[in-house]
Amino acid sequence: MNETVFYFATTLGKIVVFTHLALILAALMVLGERRISAVMQSRLGPNRVGYGGLLQPIADALKFFFKEDVVPGQVEKVLYILAPAITVIPALLTIAVIPFGPALTIFGTEVPLVIADLDIGILFVFAIASLGVYGVVLAGWASNSRYPLLGGVRSSAQMISYELVLGLSVIGIFMSTGSLRLLDVVAAQQDGVWFAFSQPLGFLLFVICAFAETNRLPFDTPEAETELVAGYHTEYSSMKFAMFFMGEYTAMFVFAALISTLFLGGWDIPFVTAEQLAAWGNWGSLLGFVSFFTKCLCFMFFYIWVRWTIPRFRFDQTMALGWKVGIPAGVANIVATAFILLPPGTL
Amino acid sequence: MSDARMLDVEIAEDRHEDTIALNMGPQHPSTHGVLRLILELDGEEVCKCEPIIGYLHRGKEKVGEHHTLHQNIPYTDRMDYLAPLANNVAYAIACEKLVGIEAPPRAQAIRVICAELGRISSHLLGLGAYAMDLGAMTVFLWTFREREAIYSMMERISGARFTTSYTRIGGCARDFPEDLFPKLEKFVREFPHRVDEYEGLLTRNKIWVKRTQGVGVITVEQALQYGLTGPNLRACGVEYDLRKLHPYSGYDLYDFEVPVGTTGDCYDRYMVRVEEMRQSTRIIEQVLDSMPSGPYLNRAGDDELKSVQPEKKKVLTNMESLIHQFMVFTDSVDLPHGEVYFGHENPKGELGFFLRSEGGSKAQRMRIRGPSFASLQVLQEVVPGHMISDIMAILGSIDFVMGECDR
Repeated sequence: MNETVFYFATTLGKIVVFTHLALILAALMVLGERRISAVMQSRLGPNRVGYGGLLQPIADALKFFFKEDVVPGQVEKVLYILAPAITVIPALLTIAVIPFGPALTIFGTEVPLVIADLDIGILFVFAIASLGVYGVVLAGWASNSRYPLLGGVRSSAQMISYELVLGLSVIGIFMSTGSLRLLDVVAAQQDGVWFAFSQPLGFLLFVICAFAETNRLPFDTPEAETELVAGYHTEYSSMKFAMFFMGEYTAMFVFAALISTLFLGGWDIPFVTAEQLAAWGNWGSLLGFVSFFTKCLCFMFFYIWVRWTIPRFRFDQTMALGWKVGIPAGVANIVATAFILLPPGTL
Repeated sequence: MSDARMLDVEIAEDRHEDTIALNMGPQHPSTHGVLRLILELDGEEVCKCEPIIGYLHRGKEKVGEHHTLHQNIPYTDRMDYLAPLANNVAYAIACEKLVGIEAPPRAQAIRVICAELGRISSHLLGLGAYAMDLGAMTVFLWTFREREAIYSMMERISGARFTTSYTRIGGCARDFPEDLFPKLEKFVREFPHRVDEYEGLLTRNKIWVKRTQGVGVITVEQALQYGLTGPNLRACGVEYDLRKLHPYSGYDLYDFEVPVGTTGDCYDRYMVRVEEMRQSTRIIEQVLDSMPSGPYLNRAGDDELKSVQPEKKKVLTNMESLIHQFMVFTDSVDLPHGEVYFGHENPKGELGFFLRSEGGSKAQRMRIRGPSFASLQVLQEVVPGHMISDIMAILGSIDFVMGECDR
């Protein structure tokens, strides 16, 4: 078989599988959130549709489709309609560089379980993910109404501030690995310890940013229900609202995947070396994939757990945390890593 | 409506170039009920806050002048609808003062239980909604777990979960059910642990403390000027509790403390309410231990006390008593001339009933003093200078209910 055709076929296959995986997971995550929060609050949660409520996401989606799509009179039509799409697309695009597991061997050819193995991996993620903020800002602005406007302003300020911290927090990792390629980062962790242990401060900062960037409690000020009604998506209904929802949950999955990749060893299984995993062939790949997914799900659970436990920061407190604590701590982390990496005897 | 809209316009014209007017309510997730605030914002900061009330006005005072005293009892349920039993008690005692009788000891003890259950229920909702407005949803649903238990008990006591209408002039509508004692004892035993659970989520939570401490400070002067009562006043450090100052219903028999705050900020108001719930359980515990036996309603003898109901058995066997019963519930109890005011320590503050009678069966004038009405006025003093998010903390900590504010 022609090599080019094979390449295109496998890449297309990966795109279809991984994006759908993310979307399905986002949908199940909504259900998971509702069921888990119910347990935490001594309720039952949605358990009527399908076994244990498993079909609830489908019911929700159907409902969203059949809802009337209200476009208020005062909005800027083009941007108003575009905004939800701008939120979803970057979230889905970032999945391209996330390695889901060790390479599979199909017909004797190695196929890495990553859609695009870019050398600048993490930079691509940050570049694309930061586009997501435009969706939120434009939604707030195009709605031409005051609550969404406040939500949009809060959101842009918050996401831009925390992107700085986010960028600083991972620099330590790339100083140690010497590469921005995510496959290299995983490989470095398979050989050594997970970066969660060798870069604890960076890990902590990244987790905080993961919450802030996805507008999750305690940083959900942009859509703070009890303050701004629904924040930037107050004026949205039907499928447009659902797209914001999808965008948010997909972004959560992306951040869970990033944390697993960058700090929790990716598909690495504790006490199993890369060679052992490779020796099991495709089964090893599958095992790695499962390990990666387990880590993602654990972090997703953490997302939910935090949301239903603690109150929300005030907007200025969120900003103060980002600028006065996050950025200095990020810089300190870089300096400390630099000193540790310094070859002995240099000073 | 047109007036309110005018106000919006006024603020809009009045404001500086770089501020925006924001209408919050009457249908906003955290202006519980139908409170409306018109805010003038400079970015996130509030420069001006104008509370607009009256969306739930039902003319309770006027209604009270068109019904006989007994007929008015159900209307009191719907004032502070988070503690209907406490309102019933407040109204009944005011009427008894006007008529010049007193409820028998057992009825008084039952009323104390009712008022304290109402207090716990109201504080639970207040705490839950307060926490929810600041983002801690779980506390809200946890408090509902206990409120559910309280509602079941209210149903057993009065026959209704919400609109209890339990008291009568001279006592209670029926006796306290015997089978409720073990249930109530169990509740009283377990409830302090539940309060610990809520406190575990909030009291020392860094974010909660950051959001509430030093926010929405009401000074003692402001509190006194605006006539704040109840937990809101006590959080400022004023030990003003009608149960201690003018004991009624035998509150002087029970041993309890009046928690007070120091600074009058949102955190103090939270702590005061939490502590009050514990004290209320203590009171209920003591009432359960010392529940007197005897009648639960002051019955009319053959020739005295024509303003209270005769005994049911006599009503069914004796012509005069039947007529008497009919009269009590239709209209011809002759009230003595005079006027009374009774202030009851309701969960949200002093709920006062002023009644003036010029004979006849109806009050010639009825005036209700609602604590939420006073607490909401202080908003325009306290809110400016805070951020939008702080409004939720302030509203939640002031714990108002529009049913009793608008009446």
